[in-house]
Amino acid sequence: MNTIIKNGRVIDPSQNIDAILDVRIASGRIAQIDKDLEAGADEQVIDATGLVVTPGLVDIHVHLRDPGYEYKEDIVSGTKAAAAGGFTSVACMPNTNPSNDNKAITRYMIQKAQLEGFANVFPICSITKGQKGDSLVEMGDLKLAGCIGFSDDGLNVEDGAMLRHAMEYAHGFDMPIIAHSEDESIKDGGVMNEGALSTELGLSGNPWVAEAASVARDIMLAELTGAHLHVCHISTSRSVELIRAAKQRGVRVTCEVTPHHFTLTEEAVRGYAVNAKVGPPLRTAADVAALREGLRDGTIDAIATDHAPHHIDDKNMEFSYAAYGMIGLETALPLALRLVDEGILSLAEVVALLSYKAAKALKIPRGTLAIGVAADVAILDIERVWEVTRQSIKSRSYNTPFENQSMKGKAVMTLRDGNVMHTEV
Amino acid sequence: MVFEHKHIISTKVLSRADIELILTTAQSFKEINQRDIKKVPTLRGKTIINLFYENSTRTRTSFELAGKRMSADTINISAASSSVTKGETLEDTAKNIEAMDADVIVMRHPASGAPDYLAQRLSRCSVINAGDGAHEHPSQALLDLMTIKEHKGTLEGLTVAIIGDIARSRVARSDLYALKTMGATVRLAGPATMLPPGLDQLGAEVYSDINAAIKDADVVMMLRIQLEREGGSKLLPTKREYAQFFALNPENMKLAKPDAIVMHPGPLNRGVEISSYVADGKQNVILEQVENGVAVRMALLYLLAGGGASE
Repeated sequence: MNTIIKNGRVIDPSQNIDAILDVRIASGRIAQIDKDLEAGADEQVIDATGLVVTPGLVDIHVHLRDPGYEYKEDIVSGTKAAAAGGFTSVACMPNTNPSNDNKAITRYMIQKAQLEGFANVFPICSITKGQKGDSLVEMGDLKLAGCIGFSDDGLNVEDGAMLRHAMEYAHGFDMPIIAHSEDESIKDGGVMNEGALSTELGLSGNPWVAEAASVARDIMLAELTGAHLHVCHISTSRSVELIRAAKQRGVRVTCEVTPHHFTLTEEAVRGYAVNAKVGPPLRTAADVAALREGLRDGTIDAIATDHAPHHIDDKNMEFSYAAYGMIGLETALPLALRLVDEGILSLAEVVALLSYKAAKALKIPRGTLAIGVAADVAILDIERVWEVTRQSIKSRSYNTPFENQSMKGKAVMTLRDGNVMHTEV
Repeated sequence: MVFEHKHIISTKVLSRADIELILTTAQSFKEINQRDIKKVPTLRGKTIINLFYENSTRTRTSFELAGKRMSADTINISAASSSVTKGETLEDTAKNIEAMDADVIVMRHPASGAPDYLAQRLSRCSVINAGDGAHEHPSQALLDLMTIKEHKGTLEGLTVAIIGDIARSRVARSDLYALKTMGATVRLAGPATMLPPGLDQLGAEVYSDINAAIKDADVVMMLRIQLEREGGSKLLPTKREYAQFFALNPENMKLAKPDAIVMHPGPLNRGVEISSYVADGKQNVILEQVENGVAVRMALLYLLAGGGASE
């Protein structure tokens, strides 16, 4: 059935659209965007009066845990969480079990998402076989299978020559290297940001330089090789500065920031809050300010969640032993919208960072309402106030520091290929 | 006055009145330990579990004696001989202990925050932190305060130098907060590799030259140095060099006030962080610390499990 979304405020940064318009979807594709479209007899009408209609959001950094850790999340539950958060496409990291370093797993992920999932899945494959850091994956073959980039996320590629050659080889196939930039030896086992608070809590500190030194190295390797480097989840002011300077001198570098890194500081860890344990760690207020400035001035290309579901059994323990990571798909939009309320970004800029610009950073052919593309659409109620509870969470895990907190802004309907994947209109 | 705390996890949350109450109570218990028959019925029928996930001789014995001298039933559980090695979670272990109607769990644990974690999850049992990671060791700080006060009459206005591996010392942190609350000045000193960031923000004066830290101090407290720890050789070249620059010896001890006292939480590395001439010298109060440790722990157990009120 064909659909018309009527009277919504359509925001599509890819076409500089921000106006009250109607969107016609035919055969699963965007067919027309115009004023006062008349619904035909065979068309269902979705009334979006008072709502915002955007391209389906694109999250370029999630962990779906499938295959191997389905007790934490799987492609079905993870994409259901995505749809509930307004996302129609996610790029998933390869640290599954076995890890996604081969065509069979890449295809499995894509197909499972198509057949059973609620959002498109664009797999990111590992840089090295088994993420062990010592031999390259078959990048060309993986590209053919649908892989969109390479990352040993969660782990840094410590061996500089390995990373250099990975960049060269990936560049030859016009594929990005997506770096989890953290120097393990400088990190030295640190479990939270290093500073007065880590001293007070008696927890080993992970200093900002562990990230920044690695970002600097990775940028220079990209400069040397000409490859496209995408830096994951930057957390420190120095990383913002390094990437800003690199972009100015023409290095092909893009980067992302997570909602938790631009929202929370290390203070969230106080009381040994395991759901605030994340890699890289939550930093200082000055870092949060620098990340927001990076979003404002365009240094940062995307807001990505690093959605990292963990079962309570992997979290409910002494802080030093608990797993790193938090879920993020369902809270990303309201946390990003806070930046609009605080006057840092416009609504259109937030939408761009969560869709078009994010997709563009990794060349994912989504994040737009251009005529003829797949009708992946999010309908947002940016005023709706709701509470994050275990009952509200669609993800299989509920490891979030925002539990029981109030949020403003919600995706009330999400369509993929014109089909409703999530609705609470 | 009434003691308001259910758990003793950190000295940071203890008020001046709390600390004074603990020290006064400890002073009254100290007399029991000097009797021929060292036992009172104060905690008869109470159950105290020493749950130790790290080796300890001094602290565990001290807590055990404290409980027994007040007629509590005291059980020791060590990680090596319990379900811990079978992979049981801390929460399950603790809840099982609570289900057996223990009144107090005294816990030592290598992970900072473990006693906090326990206290948040138990409904009836009190928790005493007997040392968690590099976080805190409140009973050690309180026995230090008791010992200092016995010698100096007051804590107000004193200068206390604490020297050694501050980064990994839970004793230094607990002493810092408690001493600050009582009006003392705290100097923390050691090799720069062992001084973690932000100590000044926590209220300490920070020195990498121990002579400057010792100068005119009323109390000099040395911490045990553990070179054999993982990564130790990245922090320090040799024990020999440590002894040369960071140990307390008769020479640099002269920089302190003439009536200064020398403390050490033990166990001593003689010839490394402290010279035997100082450790055994007339200014040392190291064994008094140990003696007061039993009294302070009796006071803590009493205040948590014995009704809490004292005049």
